[in-house]
Amino acid sequence: MEDLLRELAPQVLAVLARRHDGFDLCEDAVQEALVAAAGQWPVDGTPANPTGWLITVASRRWIEFRRADVARRRREDAVTAARAPEGEAVPGTDDSLTLLFLCCHPALKPLSQVALTLRAVGGLTTSEIARALLVPDATVAQRISRAKQTIKASGAHFEMPEPEDRAERVAAVHRVLYLIFNEGYTASSGAALQRIDLSHEAIRLTRELLERLPADGESAGLLALMLLTDARRAARTTPDGAVVPLPEQDRSRWDRARIAEGTALIERTLATAPIGAYQVQAAIAAVHDEATSDAATDWPQILGLYDVLTVLAPSPIVALNRVVAVAMVRGAAAGLHALDGVTTDPTLAAHPRAAIVRAHLLEMAGDHEAACEQFRLAARITRNLAERRYLESRAIAAQ
Amino acid sequence: MKYLILIHSNPDSRARWETLTDEQRMEFGRAHYALHDALLESGDLVASEGLPDPSAATYVSVRDGRIVATDGPFAEAKEYLAGFYLVDVASLDEAVAIAARVPDAGFGSVEVRPVFDRSVLEE
Repeated sequence: MEDLLRELAPQVLAVLARRHDGFDLCEDAVQEALVAAAGQWPVDGTPANPTGWLITVASRRWIEFRRADVARRRREDAVTAARAPEGEAVPGTDDSLTLLFLCCHPALKPLSQVALTLRAVGGLTTSEIARALLVPDATVAQRISRAKQTIKASGAHFEMPEPEDRAERVAAVHRVLYLIFNEGYTASSGAALQRIDLSHEAIRLTRELLERLPADGESAGLLALMLLTDARRAARTTPDGAVVPLPEQDRSRWDRARIAEGTALIERTLATAPIGAYQVQAAIAAVHDEATSDAATDWPQILGLYDVLTVLAPSPIVALNRVVAVAMVRGAAAGLHALDGVTTDPTLAAHPRAAIVRAHLLEMAGDHEAACEQFRLAARITRNLAERRYLESRAIAAQ
Repeated sequence: MKYLILIHSNPDSRARWETLTDEQRMEFGRAHYALHDALLESGDLVASEGLPDPSAATYVSVRDGRIVATDGPFAEAKEYLAGFYLVDVASLDEAVAIAARVPDAGFGSVEVRPVFDRSVLEE
């Protein structure tokens, strides 16, 4: 039943937000309706039209809130109440999309966008979100309440963005969904047992987004990227949480169904949609996932894709990853030369990833002493505990 | 991303504290409460506490399965942790902006340290 409620929550909220003013009150009303359903349905049975039931209860709550809120506007409420019919049709798909746009509104801080999206669109409770993000309930409750106030103050309405803003707003939705995905993907396996799986939640929401925007290449690219990355999840850490880098992963533990779905999706998309950064990243992930071993990886193709990505969405990390591809195609010396060109960027010079890449290339070139030194440097400056352990072991192995 | 903002007490900061009037000390305390409330309200705060000096500390160790707890005495520490704010924000820039609002930053300096995160770059 929990899954059903989570699926219905955004639909109900979308109907309410379309009909009534005040997104904040609508969201509160839907939460109360969900709580009522969670208490009543197991006892009385699930109603024949669960969506209609929730909309009716939430609408009544909204009216109660509104009355308590502004008693003198009782007349308006009566008008609104008269407009609310019993039993609702399932709302149009555009409503869920509008809701997603509102939750990822540019006036909100990124962490507030995440919290609001997970609750209003994902249908998670405040406590579930708090446990998933490893912060106290009060922090999440406050972020959601602040986000709703900000939306109210910004004058944003429950409506589709203007066509000229559309691309930018879709990009904001992509960023939030990818942030949710990464938050889940990078969780340590031990702690993850207690947590709502945010990666799977992000995949579910991105699937829904793609259903609503089937022609949007970047939505498809993002979903493919998530599927192709998530496919490696079981192989990327040991049971005690240590990191297993891509070349050393046990590829038999990769999720073949995920890879097949992601690969088919990205191939179809690249053939039909205008190119975008998520699609290129998905294509790179697909090339890795298709290789039966690290040695069998099609590095020239990966290098070509990084060249495209460097033009579409240049970033220090893209530059570093391209260096790795250069080394794999043209040899360690060419890689080290390319790395020198890249690390003139000050943000990259102090990045642990730069030291890791240099260490690997030095190891490839046979300079074990210098490699060991770079692994130690990377271990000192990394922010990730599991990665630090791995790098220390590499430093010892390189000696 | 979580960042821990550490407030250290050291001979310099204690000497500065001694020069404050009672009213200034009250104002200092109020500024901490105000910052705590503001961070709670913005949804950035995970936890925040002040700590007494180490003379109030209990030291705990486990040897052969037995718990040994002692109160000292210990030599007076020159520098010790006097309080912290644990915040969850989108970037180091945001954490630094919050650290600048910690009253102690106007005294000496406060330390901003990233909490180990779980993000790993694979490829």
